[in-house]
Amino acid sequence: MAEITITDRIDGLLGQWGNQPQNLLQILIRVQQSLHHIPATAIDYLARKLGCPQVQVEGLVGFYSFLHVEPRGSYDILFSDNITDRMLGGQGVAAALAERLGVALGTTRSDGRVSVGYTFCTGMGDQGPAALVNGYTMTRLTPDRIGQMVELIEGAVPVTDWPQEWFVVEDNIQRRDILLQTALPDGAAIDRVLEIGVDALLQEMDASGLRGRGGAGFGTALKWRPCREATGADRVVVCNADEGEPGTFKDRLLLQRYADRVVEGMTLCAAVIGASKGFIYLRGEYLYLLKGLEAELQRRRESGLLGRSIRGREGFDFDIEIHLGAGAYICGEESALIESLEGKRGHPRVRPPFPVTSGYMGLPTVVNNVETFMAAAMIGVQGAEWFRSRGTEESSGTKLLTISGDCARPGIYEYPYGVTVEQVLTDCGAQDVQAVQVAGAAGSCVPPSEFGRQIAFEDLATGGSFMIFNQGRDLLEMVENFAAFFVHESCGFCTPCRVGTSLMHKRLTKVVVGHATRADMERMCDIGALMRKASHCGLGQTAANCILGTMDSFPALYAERLRSTSFEPAFDLDASLQEAREITGRDDPGAHLKGGGV
Amino acid sequence: MTNKTRVATASLAGCFGCHMSILDIDERIIQLADLVEFDRTPITDIKEVGECDVGIIEGGVCNADNVEVLKEFRRNCKILVSLGACSINGGIPAMRNQYTLKQCLEESYLHGIGVEDAQIPSDPEIPLLLNKLHPIHEVVWVDYFLPGCPPPADTIWTFLEELLSGKPIEFAYRQIRYD
Amino acid sequence: MSGQFIIDHKPVPFEPGQTIMDAAMAAGIYIPHLCHNPEFHPHASCKLCTVKINGRPASACTTQAAEGAVVESETDELMDDRRILLKMLFVEGNHVCPACEKSGRCQLQAVAYYCNMLAPEFTHFYPQRDVDASHPDMVIDFNRCILCNLCVRASRDVDGKDVFAISGRGIGSHLIISSPSGRLGDSAFDAEDKAAQVCPVGAIMLKHQGYDVPIGQRLYDQEPVSVVGDVAKYVVKKHDQ
Repeated sequence: MAEITITDRIDGLLGQWGNQPQNLLQILIRVQQSLHHIPATAIDYLARKLGCPQVQVEGLVGFYSFLHVEPRGSYDILFSDNITDRMLGGQGVAAALAERLGVALGTTRSDGRVSVGYTFCTGMGDQGPAALVNGYTMTRLTPDRIGQMVELIEGAVPVTDWPQEWFVVEDNIQRRDILLQTALPDGAAIDRVLEIGVDALLQEMDASGLRGRGGAGFGTALKWRPCREATGADRVVVCNADEGEPGTFKDRLLLQRYADRVVEGMTLCAAVIGASKGFIYLRGEYLYLLKGLEAELQRRRESGLLGRSIRGREGFDFDIEIHLGAGAYICGEESALIESLEGKRGHPRVRPPFPVTSGYMGLPTVVNNVETFMAAAMIGVQGAEWFRSRGTEESSGTKLLTISGDCARPGIYEYPYGVTVEQVLTDCGAQDVQAVQVAGAAGSCVPPSEFGRQIAFEDLATGGSFMIFNQGRDLLEMVENFAAFFVHESCGFCTPCRVGTSLMHKRLTKVVVGHATRADMERMCDIGALMRKASHCGLGQTAANCILGTMDSFPALYAERLRSTSFEPAFDLDASLQEAREITGRDDPGAHLKGGGV
Repeated sequence: MTNKTRVATASLAGCFGCHMSILDIDERIIQLADLVEFDRTPITDIKEVGECDVGIIEGGVCNADNVEVLKEFRRNCKILVSLGACSINGGIPAMRNQYTLKQCLEESYLHGIGVEDAQIPSDPEIPLLLNKLHPIHEVVWVDYFLPGCPPPADTIWTFLEELLSGKPIEFAYRQIRYD
Repeated sequence: MSGQFIIDHKPVPFEPGQTIMDAAMAAGIYIPHLCHNPEFHPHASCKLCTVKINGRPASACTTQAAEGAVVESETDELMDDRRILLKMLFVEGNHVCPACEKSGRCQLQAVAYYCNMLAPEFTHFYPQRDVDASHPDMVIDFNRCILCNLCVRASRDVDGKDVFAISGRGIGSHLIISSPSGRLGDSAFDAEDKAAQVCPVGAIMLKHQGYDVPIGQRLYDQEPVSVVGDVAKYVVKKHDQ
């Protein structure tokens, strides 16, 4: 009987997703949601129905960390384990909850009721510690909520009936500038391009100097124009809402409060490049935003702002589908994101060709960040001069910064580009600051001597992440957190990143526990340099930044933990006899190894 | 006292094949004897390693005694050489790393074919096994690596000759292999 | 329109559409590689062929040759990098050369010899991996897999069988087999398949055969891979036994 249910359910999903192999990931995500795992029968059935090899489905399930072949608990709880969540006590809450539920962290209870584990940053740095329960975000977790959670779980109360206030995600806008201050009437940007024409609009975009807000800073017009000019049966607009960079949470706000503007920007892009198809690739951690976004898309369809003959213009057809991610940071990289949209493992593609000429299903594709689309819509209406009234020559406009860590007022701040780190720290009420990690795990760790530096593409580029650490913090904990993050998020495609991230993390752990020497530092430099040079994509090329950067800017952090010996073993000698001691029952002096290196 | 180079060697978790290969330098051993004086080696049967110029280690690190011997060598030898596949990456003995120590010991001493009076030895005279076997460079700093199972006598000779005469250590293509 | 570029001071002619690797191979210039096999679409994952093109690092197997490009390959720096990559591949798996039937005709070994790697001096992972001997003619030893993806490509693109795929992620990436049990013996795999002939290491091997060539006479015993070429050129078939 159970198997009939599974295949029936899958038939329903297949119908919903058009029986398209490229929607396989979306189907699997729904199977995971309803069955708490992807059973072998489902893999087999999907492979047959979609005409794709069974190993392809299996390989897909194996890639995404939110898909499982082994059943997860009916309540699948994943605590956000970014360093900022840790600083807010997240690990304590996780451990206490697991203990009360009688389940080891990282496992599923034997009765299948509940799983408790960790995931990396869920984008709630300003209102952590956070966790996901069956994919839905809970914020501001406190130890005193544990008792009630345990009751709800043991009482089998559906998550939808849990206290709603646990699931509130606040906007938390602390500073507004032109982007968040200025109104944008529905359809205004679309009307504008229909009125002045595509060429004039592109010129406006060019003149505005708008650059990608995801962090890389590629000129937006420089993507749109070649995509428009590329040959292809159709074109595709993709909104990169895979906001996975630790400490970044601006897209969360934009998708929740300004979704109309983001979609307006996508539609503007569609008009410019001539696309009929659009996607919002929403990170799995933002599942709670899905309903609202779908409602917004529907509202716009009903208002003639999306769908067929937009604004009554014959032939201007454009619609948007939302695809969910499933726990893979690499899918924030645009070519990996496209692979994921096509229902594949998120491996970055070999470039060229670039997505603007060959992207989704080989079609010319523009991939832009959420904030970029919103800014584009605003520029479409307000013009280049309005945008250029803020920012620097090379970095025009404003930037949403997401501030977390040690400060009085964490949250979302809109600043003109060019603002100094110092100014930001003053505004958010940060004191005794030891360092600021700008641009997330792969970014720069800025020491106080450099707080005069500017947030700008030409100085400190960031997608928004701005994590503050005061003098009381052990920065190596942050470095270790990021190094572990990259071990988890390396896609495994290329040798330097796949193996290098693990080798680096092992050595760093040796430093953290005080077992490392100069020789370990030298090894990390060699491996890190190789990763920067030879990795296939930006993830691998920057994964060693957190270690190499802090070794440079905060040498004391390492020096004070290093042993004076010239060499220390790669493992704890005495601990490595533990198993033998247990088996033999010995504890005599000969059953121990004293000392470490020579 | 002579001004000959003092050399010590030891076999840890190895099969003594590398030592056999040292002996395979044949008549050149006479030439070698003019240049070096052996300290602790299985050949001299000296039990403690003294101050040496060169220490040569065969085999990986599988038990507490291996660790002590290796550290003793590192303390006493100016130059430490990792000789052969086992000391370099664990070799055949490292194939036990696929199993837990418990599985290994139970298979050998409890469930294995022909086992009588089944018991896992716990005599304090017997060095305890490490959870996993490790190459020697994971325990001490190693100055030179000579791969092979065993490294060919010719490779060992080339190395010693170059080392003792202060020449850069270089090998012909055919002298380096991992098996 | 053919053109010319430079590798390590030597002029190399190229035809339009050729990669740096294609042109170098045609000109008899060796660039170390493991995941590349000219019969298949380049993959660019092993990164052994990383060269510097006009000063910037790039994979030779996927970068188009360009007129006048200055390519560095055998510099001290790039050879150092290759040794690090090789050490990574060695410590990531369980490569017990003395107990491997492929030893002497293994391309991982051969490239490591060529690059002068004496030892994989990193910390060994010693991963727990299986051997699958369920197939009557072939054996697969996952301990030796270096994730070059060649069997995946061969089975998909030539055999049309899709017997293999990569699953997992990051350091947990691993080869999987398409069959109800996940075992090779229950798959559509055949010893005559192209996928049976492309493994550069000892991961996918013919059964009932091994150690049949004396040490000293094996493929890479006397001459380096730069002279001998890729092992895939020297296919051992079942009926050769």
